[in-house]
Amino acid sequence: MGGAHGHQLHFHGHSPVHRAPAHLKIVALVVFMLVVVATPRGWWPAYAAYLAVLLAVVATSRVPPTYLLKRMVVEVPFVFFALLLPFVATGPETEFLGLTVSESGLHAGAKLLVTATLGVIASLTLAATTEPQALLRGLTRLRMPALLVQIMGFMVRYLEVVTDELRRMKVARESRGFSARDPRHWPVLARSFGALFIRSFERGERVHLAMLSRGYTGKMPS
Amino acid sequence: MHVPDGFLDAPTSVATGAVAVVAVGVSLRKAREELDDRTAPLAGLVAAFIFATQMLNFPVAGGTSGHLMGGAIAAVLVGPWTGVLATSVVFLVQCLLFADGGITALGTNIVLMGVTTVVVGWFVFRGVQAVLPRTTAMVPVAAGIGAFVSVPVAALLFVGLYAVGGAADIPLGQLTGAMVGVHVLIGLGEGVITFLAVGSIIAVRPDLVHGARSVLKTRTLEVRTAGAAA
Repeated sequence: MGGAHGHQLHFHGHSPVHRAPAHLKIVALVVFMLVVVATPRGWWPAYAAYLAVLLAVVATSRVPPTYLLKRMVVEVPFVFFALLLPFVATGPETEFLGLTVSESGLHAGAKLLVTATLGVIASLTLAATTEPQALLRGLTRLRMPALLVQIMGFMVRYLEVVTDELRRMKVARESRGFSARDPRHWPVLARSFGALFIRSFERGERVHLAMLSRGYTGKMPS
Repeated sequence: MHVPDGFLDAPTSVATGAVAVVAVGVSLRKAREELDDRTAPLAGLVAAFIFATQMLNFPVAGGTSGHLMGGAIAAVLVGPWTGVLATSVVFLVQCLLFADGGITALGTNIVLMGVTTVVVGWFVFRGVQAVLPRTTAMVPVAAGIGAFVSVPVAALLFVGLYAVGGAADIPLGQLTGAMVGVHVLIGLGEGVITFLAVGSIIAVRPDLVHGARSVLKTRTLEVRTAGAAA
């Protein structure tokens, strides 16, 4: 159900936010969001302050707000859920905009909407101002296990290659007159999926051999 | 669909985060035993593959479509340890580079859609495999059933987490009914696609399917000479 992940979000720039060390940005994001999530519902002035801080950071980063706005679509399914909450939750009821709704549901929905929005803007800002390689170095500094950083590094490096492979298969299918419309077409798509797995796995094996021939012993050269 | 920030309260998020850290830590050690120095490139490529899978849309009806969650199929294809690693890294990258799923909900996402689907998918797969005849043709069937079960179980766990740390008091009976009902349908799709996909891989490279190894071992080489055929 997720949105499109086809391209990375990095927005090239030279602002102080771009230059800040990645590990600081990651820690800041985690701490900021934990504080936001832990804030009791109903403390609207606090939420306004969070939003102000966040907007100040976005302004400093000089990433155009429209760039971030367009990418906030990942949040949409949860907006529906938040809007639904006042009507499905139980408990004492209250009047809101002429509708009778659950009080706890109304508050919870509002809090979810605000927190999720703050979270998406904050995460987008990190993604827009941090290069993947800087992010990996930041995670290393934060003591994430070296093997995990390596796995993530390979994933990030080959993401475009593998998604491109998938795109080429789609072009190949469609140039032969195939278009997937209903579940009867699943076998064809599943075979593409299988082919993609075999190609990815074999690419992994080739990459491993290429690394061995260049002296890889299980650690990345620093 | 990734859980955003604020869906669960802070203590629940921290607790699922701790569970995710332990699960990934154990998987790191176990995967290295399985793959030794091939771990990084192979798990990395498998993660990229799972990421790409979630872009491959399967049309359902009336213009809607869905994609695989991929936990169960990853467990069958590369084994549960590498499967947990690969799916966890996918969520980490989606969270940090694509802003998909909240950073405080990262642990929740990893536990629900990574660890749970992989572990449930794997155990159901093994259980079904023990019952069915040991032939390569049965591997996709077992994988499909594992994938089918893994999705509603993950949904149930989500309802459990929501009961503990959810924001509003939604009647739990109704929430459970709705979540499980919808996810049985999603699970059906996941099961059928997993069955088809594993079947297509078994047909070409059965040696690459981790879950088929025990079956391949029992196969003996059959030499058909021209004389015997005549």
